[in-house]
Amino acid sequence: MPSSSNAEARAGRGGRRVLNASFVGLLPYVWLLVFFLIPFLIVLKISLSTAFYGQPPYEPVLDLAEGVGATWEKVKTLSLGNYTFLASDSLYVEAYLSSLKIAAIATVLTLLCGFPIAHAMARAPRGWRPLLIALVIMPFWTSFLIRVYAWVGILKREGLLNAVLLELGAIGEPLTILNTNFAVIVGIVYAYLPFMILPLYAALERQDPALLEAASDLGSPPWLAFWQVTVRLSVPGIVAGSLLVFIPAVGEFVIPNLLGGSNTLMIGQTLWNEFFLNHDWPLSSAVAVVLLVILVVPITLFQRYQAREVE
Amino acid sequence: MTRFGWLNAVSLTFGFAFLYLPILILVIYSFNASKLVTVWGGFSTKWYVALFQNAQLLAAAKMSLLVAVVTATLATVLGTLAAIALTRARRLPARTLFQGMTYAPLVMPEVITGLSLLLLFVALGIDRGFWTITIAHTTFALCFVAVVVQSRLTAFDMSLEEAARDLGASPVKAFCLVTLPLIAPAVAAGWLLAFTLSLDDLVIASFTSGPGSTTLPMRIFSAVRLGVSPEINAASTILIAAVAIGVMTATLAAKWGARRETRSQ
Repeated sequence: MPSSSNAEARAGRGGRRVLNASFVGLLPYVWLLVFFLIPFLIVLKISLSTAFYGQPPYEPVLDLAEGVGATWEKVKTLSLGNYTFLASDSLYVEAYLSSLKIAAIATVLTLLCGFPIAHAMARAPRGWRPLLIALVIMPFWTSFLIRVYAWVGILKREGLLNAVLLELGAIGEPLTILNTNFAVIVGIVYAYLPFMILPLYAALERQDPALLEAASDLGSPPWLAFWQVTVRLSVPGIVAGSLLVFIPAVGEFVIPNLLGGSNTLMIGQTLWNEFFLNHDWPLSSAVAVVLLVILVVPITLFQRYQAREVE
Repeated sequence: MTRFGWLNAVSLTFGFAFLYLPILILVIYSFNASKLVTVWGGFSTKWYVALFQNAQLLAAAKMSLLVAVVTATLATVLGTLAAIALTRARRLPARTLFQGMTYAPLVMPEVITGLSLLLLFVALGIDRGFWTITIAHTTFALCFVAVVVQSRLTAFDMSLEEAARDLGASPVKAFCLVTLPLIAPAVAAGWLLAFTLSLDDLVIASFTSGPGSTTLPMRIFSAVRLGVSPEINAASTILIAAVAIGVMTATLAAKWGARRETRSQ
């Protein structure tokens, strides 16, 4: 049993046997296998099935009780039809591409907004920092849905932003901002900003300000020293923050639904509509599988970072 | 010593204005007598009165609170156990898989998690309702708890627990009496995080709920899809106030605790 060998390893190192860690992990391990891993295998299987009018709305329904032979006959009817359909219909291809584009633009903008804030927090007097961190975290504790909804009243045609701009005389007539891709990007930047600031702050706070002084003592102009020391050293934070924004933003549903318009194409919304409006479970499963394949590289990168960060 | 600088001050001012102005506007307009965003019709609490007469919304709020409490408790237990296993087990079987399953839900698009859990429940023939939402929420919330607790455990001095063992405490007793009280702030933070994540979730709940188990975000979503609703502004203000009071209390408690700790040393 691995658990007893673990205990021996501890005892062998001169330590005392403490709570058996492998055994303790069994419960969450089994939970995640049943409710996280197995569901993905089911999604994969259903993505190879055909839509069917009934309950459940797909076929074949595999049931081992019918015997191995009968089950195998059914397995043979599985097909890649949903995937060829996704590849051939330009609507889906465009939805994937435009989700990636919107998420990428929003991630870069979030980084540009987040960096100066995180930088200022890391350079603030030590006594202020806990308060500043609490102020960044607080919106994150506030409902995501409500924070996105707050922008509807600001961005709409008769909204606050247009009223202010008209009052100032900056524009002659109200701008259409709500229900555009631009509004979706604003929403993503706003909703995910805390996720960007916190890892950036963690990276910036660790830096020794003496490094910057050393660079300038050696004759480096401030902007160059900033770039070569401050920015270079915060690359882990930049990567982590960007992944924390980019990955969920690609599959975002709430933001395009509330702030986007009829020509906003995002794959999370496509999946939702396929499922809830068209009731095509196999096709929405295929949409999910392809989305996961697209995101597997960034997700793996994020896991590596997270594993290193906590160790 | 580096100077704070006006550039940093400007960044902070604009940054926090951007983060807080939309929320502030939402709160102000929940007291607007007029239904229009651009017209100030005078101070009024009529939307709050309407809110407390809205039986559907209240039922959904009750449902959400119940799901969130059960989720937070389950997720805290499972997440803390996962954190212990990840921090301490040197030879964890299939460690990469376990670690992957613990961190992936942090960034996984919600539509994928929601769809996959729904298909699991259908395949198992489970009726959708309170428990399916709770199981779904626990699954992603436990990962957040695990990360919060793990970061505290890695900094933990193992010799304290080993000392308790030397003095004859059983492994479980040593953990519960020595380690658990010391990591309690992280565990409590994990519980609160799981609670708010569950209370807030729309997408996963929409996939895994059944008839008669509509949650608050689902009600709010169906109301705001059609545009701004002052009643929802009022509901949001109550939620925001609750969160603000909670976070401030926690921050003050942590500050007070730290001060007491330094004084006792």
